[in-house]
Amino acid sequence: MSKFPNVIAGAAVSLALGLPAFAGEYGLGRPALPEEIAAWDIDVSPDGTGLPAGSGDVFTGEEVFAEKCAVCHGDFAEGVDNWPKLAGGQGTLDREDPLKTVGSYWPYLSTTWDYVNRSMPFGAAQTLEADEVYAIVAYILYSNDLVDDEFVLSNETFTDVELPNAEGFFVDDRLESEAHFWKAEPCMSDCKDTVEITMRARVLDVTPEETATTDVAVEQAAATPVAAEPIVEEPAEEPVVAEVALDPELVAKGAKVFKKCKACHKVGEGAKNGTGPILNGIFGATAGVVEGFRYSKPMLAAGEDGLVWNDETLAAFLAKPRKFMKGTKMSFAGLRKERDIEAVVAYLRSFDN
Amino acid sequence: MSDKADDFAPSRRRFLAGAAATGVGAAAVGAGQAAQAATPDPLITEVQDWASGLGDGVDATPYGLPIQFEQDVVRRNVEWLTADTISSINFTPIHALDGTITPQGCAFERHHSGAIELRKEDYRLMINGLVDTPLVFSYADLERFPRENRVYFCECAANSGMEWAGAQLNGAQFTHGMIHNMEYSGVSLRTLLEEAGLAAAGDFKDKWVYVEGADASSNGRSIPLEKALDDVLVAFKANGEALRKEHGYPVRLVVPGWEGNMWVKWLRRIEVMDGPVESREETSKYTDTMEDGSARKWTWEMDAKSVVTSPSPQAPITHGKGPLVITGLAWSGRGAITGVDVSIDGGKTWTQARLGAPGTDKALTRFYLEINWDGSEMLLQSRARDSSGYVQPTKAELREVRGLNSIYHNNAIQTWWVKADGEAENVEVS
Ligand code: HEC
Ligand code: HEC
Repeated sequence: MSKFPNVIAGAAVSLALGLPAFAGEYGLGRPALPEEIAAWDIDVSPDGTGLPAGSGDVFTGEEVFAEKCAVCHGDFAEGVDNWPKLAGGQGTLDREDPLKTVGSYWPYLSTTWDYVNRSMPFGAAQTLEADEVYAIVAYILYSNDLVDDEFVLSNETFTDVELPNAEGFFVDDRLESEAHFWKAEPCMSDCKDTVEITMRARVLDVTPEETATTDVAVEQAAATPVAAEPIVEEPAEEPVVAEVALDPELVAKGAKVFKKCKACHKVGEGAKNGTGPILNGIFGATAGVVEGFRYSKPMLAAGEDGLVWNDETLAAFLAKPRKFMKGTKMSFAGLRKERDIEAVVAYLRSFDN
Repeated sequence: MSDKADDFAPSRRRFLAGAAATGVGAAAVGAGQAAQAATPDPLITEVQDWASGLGDGVDATPYGLPIQFEQDVVRRNVEWLTADTISSINFTPIHALDGTITPQGCAFERHHSGAIELRKEDYRLMINGLVDTPLVFSYADLERFPRENRVYFCECAANSGMEWAGAQLNGAQFTHGMIHNMEYSGVSLRTLLEEAGLAAAGDFKDKWVYVEGADASSNGRSIPLEKALDDVLVAFKANGEALRKEHGYPVRLVVPGWEGNMWVKWLRRIEVMDGPVESREETSKYTDTMEDGSARKWTWEMDAKSVVTSPSPQAPITHGKGPLVITGLAWSGRGAITGVDVSIDGGKTWTQARLGAPGTDKALTRFYLEINWDGSEMLLQSRARDSSGYVQPTKAELREVRGLNSIYHNNAIQTWWVKADGEAENVEVS
């Protein structure tokens, strides 16, 4: 029954070469080492299988969440702009546009632990300690009003928590509930008396414009080794950087806007590189030169080609980072309001040194 | 690259402009009667540059992209759908393709943490859990197992998801473009699982495999062992060449007929387990919320579905009345397409379309209906039937069972309102 006539010969060869022999028909691959399995096999099941030892409380969770998650998910896990909301929505599942969150929809807490542990924060996955994950999950429960502020989550108490929508799911029943879609003979003529148009897409008008420019640029970028637009930009004549007096109100506003950057960038004394480089003295600096930070190739190339961060280049980059620079590692959607960009640039300039 | 941005105007507009300029538009041609040219066509009577000078040499393009005139046939995304383009989706330009095989370069992408670059040399695949010997394979190891070649469609469960509540997006690319169809070369998952040995799994009935990717999202999914041993492939080539980065280079999972999210890209680990993990992608996402707020889970099979790709909003009729080719795609995750019916009156009467080739298991089927268009408005629909006896339902029929909040698995009949001028619009009809 072997599909492979040379199994015996293959096994003989592997023995002769001193390679391990195992059950497999082909003798290919090698046994996985326990350390390797431990490194990759980190999934957590609803009964808690796979959870490492550890614990974390709501208070610690709030701090970690504010630092690493809130830029996208909001201080209270309520979600910023279009980024996912992690809290709220209880009682909305049977309404128009239900809000599905950990609190309102997710059936198992293990899923939250597992997903945060392996896939978040977005752009820096698998950097959290087990205790941090316990703390964050405790905080997400708290944000959903499911536990009080004294709550501590640990591998031991984990399975005590039951999420509100645990019973809300049922296994695919289409074969029964939609059995009438298996029709012997579909109708071919006189299937209905009248046909009226009841809704038109043009009324909503949400289809992207049919101009191929941006998407074509993607295809072109694939064929062209250098990023298309920003690099050719001439560095503006050296502005007199330090002299400009900054509007304190604008700087204060910029500090608020900078919350969106904080998950990845630090400024001020003692700041260190994180997901993104430190931004001290970034205004007037050449792109891609912060020491010890691993930039993307396009950022390094742009710096080498003379890209300098000034009002114009920062405004363009911060409005649409990946449009301004194809292939940048900065996974940030961009600031929509010009005023926010002005403010955050003023804030960054207040750290010039 | 000599192309300027303004060369990329949509071909449709360029076509209209071209027709007007040369005065050979055939708009008024009636059925069965050839166009009468008023003046000799200079494209014929004058020697053209390309008929006199020389074209590119064989060293000009070591690996080619489509010719510049086709630069509007590209994947597109819808910006307002997601916060960010890294965890997002784009759409196959199905309105402009023909046949059934989707070229990799314009086949839709969906990533949860972006498309990563993973070298074959750095690739490892682990099989662990309830197996006799947990194994690690290199890419080179995978190439030494017996290989299979199979054509399958891959459809995102959210394809047409924006259309649940009403007609929204104006174009087959946007309403139905989260689909592609490729010929995969790879190893059957059964072969790999058997290589690790399944005696440890005991009774296969209640066992699962958990599959995950090497990217930051890992996108883990649980699949019943029965399916894993049936037709699932561990693929490394598509349409004859290496997978593209955006489709999981160097190795992806192919789960025929089942929702695209399960086709894990950059596949790095397969664990045999005694239960589903209930990962984020199979609880928070890819579950179907019903009208009463309860949710269906494990809705893996993609039900039979079809769409007219032309004429459609992005592919209007530009030639006026007379011979018209109506064409589209049909597919089913439960088997082969056995027939497609087309209606031009919004579903009152149906005509059986011609299949480009007999339907095959869990793959796209092309259909054609050639008509003599009288120039009047049409409400164009298509309806797929599959080998399990399933008939593609109307939107109303689907909503009756599932309500408006399902997001996923919308396989309803699509209607294009084709107007007398040949333009088409996405509409819903009673
Ligand atoms: C840069 C923005 C960003 C940051 C910072 C971030 N996330 Fe996320 N988060 C996302 C995106 C984008 C998704 C959706 C990913 C997808 O579509 O697969 C997501 C999804 C989630 C989800 C699942 C939501 C759902 O309904 O399915 C959870 C839970 C989550 N994040 C928790 C966290 C936690 C905890 C942190 C901090 C440790 C964090 N995130 C940091 C962007 C971010
Ligand atoms: C999700 C993480 C993330 C967020 C949020 C983010 N950045 Fe960045 N940023 C990066 C990374 C990573 C780089 C390096 C990009 C590269 O190498 O291509 C970067 C680069 C930069 C640079 C260029 C630095 C240099 O030395 O050349 C500036 C300026 C910058 N970011 C400003 C901001 C501002 C202002 C915000 C908020 C409005 C922000 N970023 C939000 C990750 C982020």
